[in-house]
Amino acid sequence: MLEDKDRIFTNLYGREDWSLEAAKKRGAWHLTREMLQCGQDWICDQIKASGLRGRGGAGFPTGLKWTFMPKEVKDRPHYLVVNADESEPGTCKDRDIMRHDPHLLIEGCLVASYAMRAHKCYIYLRGEYIYERERMEAAVKEAYEAKLIGKDNVHGWDFDVYIHHGAGAYICGEETALLESLEGKKGQPRLKPPFPANAGLYGCPTTVNNVESIAVAPTILRRGAEWFSSFGRDNNKGTKVFCISGHVNKPCNVEEAMSIPMKQLIEEHCGGVRGGWENLKAVIPGGSSVPLLPREICDDVLMDFDALREVKSGLGTAGMIVMDNSTDVVKGIARISYFYRHESCGQCTPCREGTGWMWRVLERMADGKAEHSEIDMLLDVAGQVEGHTICALGDAAAWPVQGLIRHFRHEIEERISNYRIGKPLVQGASVAAE
Amino acid sequence: MSDTFKLVVDGTEVEVPRNYTLLQACEEAGAEIPRFCFHERLSVAGNCRMCLVQWVGAPKPIASCAQTVGDMRMNPDGSPPNINTKGDYVEKARNGVMEFLLINHPLDCPICDQGGECDLQDQAVAYGRAGSRYELNKRAVEDKNMGPLVKTIMTRCIQCTRCVRFAAEVAGVEEIGMISRGEDAEITTYLEKSLTSELSGNVIDLCPVGALTSKPYAFNARPWELRKTESIDVMDGLGSAIRIDAKGAAVMRIMPRVNEEVNEEWLSDKSRFVWDGLSRQRLDKPYIRENGKLRAASWNEALGVVAEKLKGDASKIAAFAGDLACVEGMKASKDLLSSLGVTNLDSRLSGQSLGLTPSGEALPRESYILNPTLMGVEDADALLLIGANPRTEAAVWNARIRKAWLWNDLQIGVVGEPHDLTYDYMHISSDATGLKDLGAFGDVLKNAKRPMIVVGEGATVGEAGYATLKAAHELALECGAIVAGEEAWTGFGVLHNSASGVGALDVGFLPAEGGKSAAALFETKCSDIETVVLLGVDEIPMSQLGDSFVIYVGSHGDAGASRADVILPAAAYTEKAATYVNTEGRVQMTTPAVQPKGDAKEEWAIFRALSAMVGKTLPYDSAEALRSALSEAVPSFAGLNFAPGVAGAEALSAALPAAGGALTDDPIYSPVGDFYLTNPIARASSTMAECSLQKQTLEVSAAAE
Repeated sequence: MLEDKDRIFTNLYGREDWSLEAAKKRGAWHLTREMLQCGQDWICDQIKASGLRGRGGAGFPTGLKWTFMPKEVKDRPHYLVVNADESEPGTCKDRDIMRHDPHLLIEGCLVASYAMRAHKCYIYLRGEYIYERERMEAAVKEAYEAKLIGKDNVHGWDFDVYIHHGAGAYICGEETALLESLEGKKGQPRLKPPFPANAGLYGCPTTVNNVESIAVAPTILRRGAEWFSSFGRDNNKGTKVFCISGHVNKPCNVEEAMSIPMKQLIEEHCGGVRGGWENLKAVIPGGSSVPLLPREICDDVLMDFDALREVKSGLGTAGMIVMDNSTDVVKGIARISYFYRHESCGQCTPCREGTGWMWRVLERMADGKAEHSEIDMLLDVAGQVEGHTICALGDAAAWPVQGLIRHFRHEIEERISNYRIGKPLVQGASVAAE
Repeated sequence: MSDTFKLVVDGTEVEVPRNYTLLQACEEAGAEIPRFCFHERLSVAGNCRMCLVQWVGAPKPIASCAQTVGDMRMNPDGSPPNINTKGDYVEKARNGVMEFLLINHPLDCPICDQGGECDLQDQAVAYGRAGSRYELNKRAVEDKNMGPLVKTIMTRCIQCTRCVRFAAEVAGVEEIGMISRGEDAEITTYLEKSLTSELSGNVIDLCPVGALTSKPYAFNARPWELRKTESIDVMDGLGSAIRIDAKGAAVMRIMPRVNEEVNEEWLSDKSRFVWDGLSRQRLDKPYIRENGKLRAASWNEALGVVAEKLKGDASKIAAFAGDLACVEGMKASKDLLSSLGVTNLDSRLSGQSLGLTPSGEALPRESYILNPTLMGVEDADALLLIGANPRTEAAVWNARIRKAWLWNDLQIGVVGEPHDLTYDYMHISSDATGLKDLGAFGDVLKNAKRPMIVVGEGATVGEAGYATLKAAHELALECGAIVAGEEAWTGFGVLHNSASGVGALDVGFLPAEGGKSAAALFETKCSDIETVVLLGVDEIPMSQLGDSFVIYVGSHGDAGASRADVILPAAAYTEKAATYVNTEGRVQMTTPAVQPKGDAKEEWAIFRALSAMVGKTLPYDSAEALRSALSEAVPSFAGLNFAPGVAGAEALSAALPAAGGALTDDPIYSPVGDFYLTNPIARASSTMAECSLQKQTLEVSAAAE
């Protein structure tokens, strides 16, 4: 178990005051000026050495991403955009960071902006996060008043933070859709390339990072890359906030070392699965977008990027949704499919048309009103969506369906067969007779 | 870094410029790539996902329209990337996309006007499944009202957003957009209105399915039944390339053809939808006025009456040529009338000082054509419009100015009435006095490498108009707009708004020695004139003709015909092979698509017959003979489809001759009042009437707010 001294978010549960003074006592804003004095390259190198991978879901190495920004500011300013559009079902880590440790995020914004030569940072908040916006605005105000940020601040790097409130669209969590939305347009993902580091916000070099990735950066620099990389397996270093919800005795957010076994995480922090580990049916390990895992795999899988990818799932945002044996898993995935149908932006064909199709078929399957042959068809349709779209929402819509069929095909088949018992052999016969 | 990039497409190595998209590169290699959203003249959307190809080594299929070749990486061993546009992998990806496009697309091809020329239909043949796996209800989308031109059946829409991009980028009116998201996404105009653009009809061509179709053409014909004739448009001075689709004796629709130098591939709404005017209000028989009423007559009888009149005192005969007059007709009539000694000829019916100075001195051809050429605006870096409203006078060219403004940072200044031109400009003054001091725009012109100065016909009216023309030319000389030699550039020209304008001046349909101009004759209400020949003249107040005997030669019963004493019916532009010269001085020919209506004849043939009756037989028996006589007399008619462009630099490097007038502070008005009703064909068209009415309604409601 991660010891308290090694936690970055020491006020994750809001037991202490969030404000500047209390945050400073917990270590925020300590030695920030000295960090900046070490220079941009040093910061990037430290973050690279720490092995931090993006906490928003894709797991791209954060330090490497920062170095993609141009080395010199030319005719266009640089921007840092913090993605606080946390809408992934089952995920609520950024929410608690912004509520209870906002100064870690603001400090991270300053450090990261300095590292990529940006003087402006936008924090794009999810539309539903009204309380969090108020908290962030209050914290930013405190930081301005204490001259920690702003023009001629004590750190010697002119720096402004703007809080931008979205309108509550899941797709705006996709980085380029977020930029479109921030520019005041309809939130639709852009074609890549060009990547934001070349042409992002208002066509200027931009880096978009998750809240958690930015908020951990100052502590990594304070305590050293070696400290951070002492947790977790190779290529999956550091600590991570896990959000565990669903059929556990004590759902919670918890900061733990990467590569912790899933079983240990659930048993130690969440009081175990409702009705005991034997009652576990499946876990969606990384927010609704990743394929679910049945208990056999959950028994010994580690919670990190590579281990979960080996079992054809993913760490995603580490928002774990735990389902016990009382769960109608087909209905559950149908609901997730409905979510993606609802949140698809409608720009490109496979996602626009495919998400609705998958949802409708799944809804019927949940009742058993389907043909056996439709299972393969559904899998085929999911395959036609996956990898054919502009952004990753198509993949995110296809993966849960693929996971369901991979691990619970027998359950769907059973349901279809059961539904048929006692009914006419030819589907539609009853309709024709009416 | 070299400018080109090598890649291997289906085993064939090609080398293409780095800025090519992968789709273009594949086409370069001879591969055919299906697409819906991609269009050469619009920005890349990459949303239909039909153009997927395989990049060997990439984890996913690549949308070839959105991948710039220069951004691609070499294979790990340094060899050029391998692209497959065929094979199971690609087929499977495209089949999947096609299936998605079709699940919510109605199966109504038999009643769809796009049938037979539908991209979705064609590509479904190659990539569609034999049967549908989607057994649920299809989506239905409410149709939108897009005005009298564009019919919408939005259930058929595949959300390619070509229309959205066209409206925003080319037409410059952000009035189409996509609302809602996911499956519920719909294309709509801004609250049930038609586009406030003169180019709105182009969305019909752009739409790859039957969602946006032509309302006037609805259910009229199938594309395979139509006879297609390539021709030239005469609705404005541009001479856009068109294709006339006819069935039997009727023109069923008009479509644009690609002519990069003139209209790219766009067409204005007037040119596209005027065709119903070709079958209304037609003059199909000769008429003679008796006791105040017109009665039908035979050709012989009518020509006899006209011949008698023309044998009278030549100094009391005048002839005017209208906006749609073709070169052949003007040449034949001029030759005949000149041989009779008539000197009162004119085509500049609003009193434009073009071709001749107010004192009658001849001006070079370069002084009245658009030397910089329509395409030249894309090379220019500053444009001064003097008394021209290109949005209504040359709608298609306006889109090109907008393109240059959008992509090349063209800076624009306007002297004359300010209008919404769909791009930003500096308004200098509403009258010609602004030419004396251009203010901030003066520096823009001075610093420009390729400045362009365009004078509209509205600015050239009268003596003051000549002063404006001369001042504009002097300005052009001053700011280096006219450069001869190797780096030649002629940034001075006149924008005509009628198809006949340049042709008439080239032919010399102008007052001869001792003759009076139209302006002079109209001032006295033609009091000294006994007989007037109108060559399709309908735009002047007919009271200006006084009590004279009026002979009207034209195709439509409009103002001229109702004033006429004798009507000689002529063929319209879709019914004859006729020469027109566009505003650039580009000589182009129409091709007959249908037969002339009733007894109507081509104008030159009418005057040829007439010449025999007055005993001054013209020396040509065929249109070809006439044209060869013409190109002998006027060398510019020798070459077709060619704009002189920079060749005019030398002729323009000397100042224009001086004349009495001076710049005045009278406001300059564009000669085009109502875009939709500028000529008799348009006024006969019910579609154009609807458009005009709607425009007025929109303007009134906007003003009331």
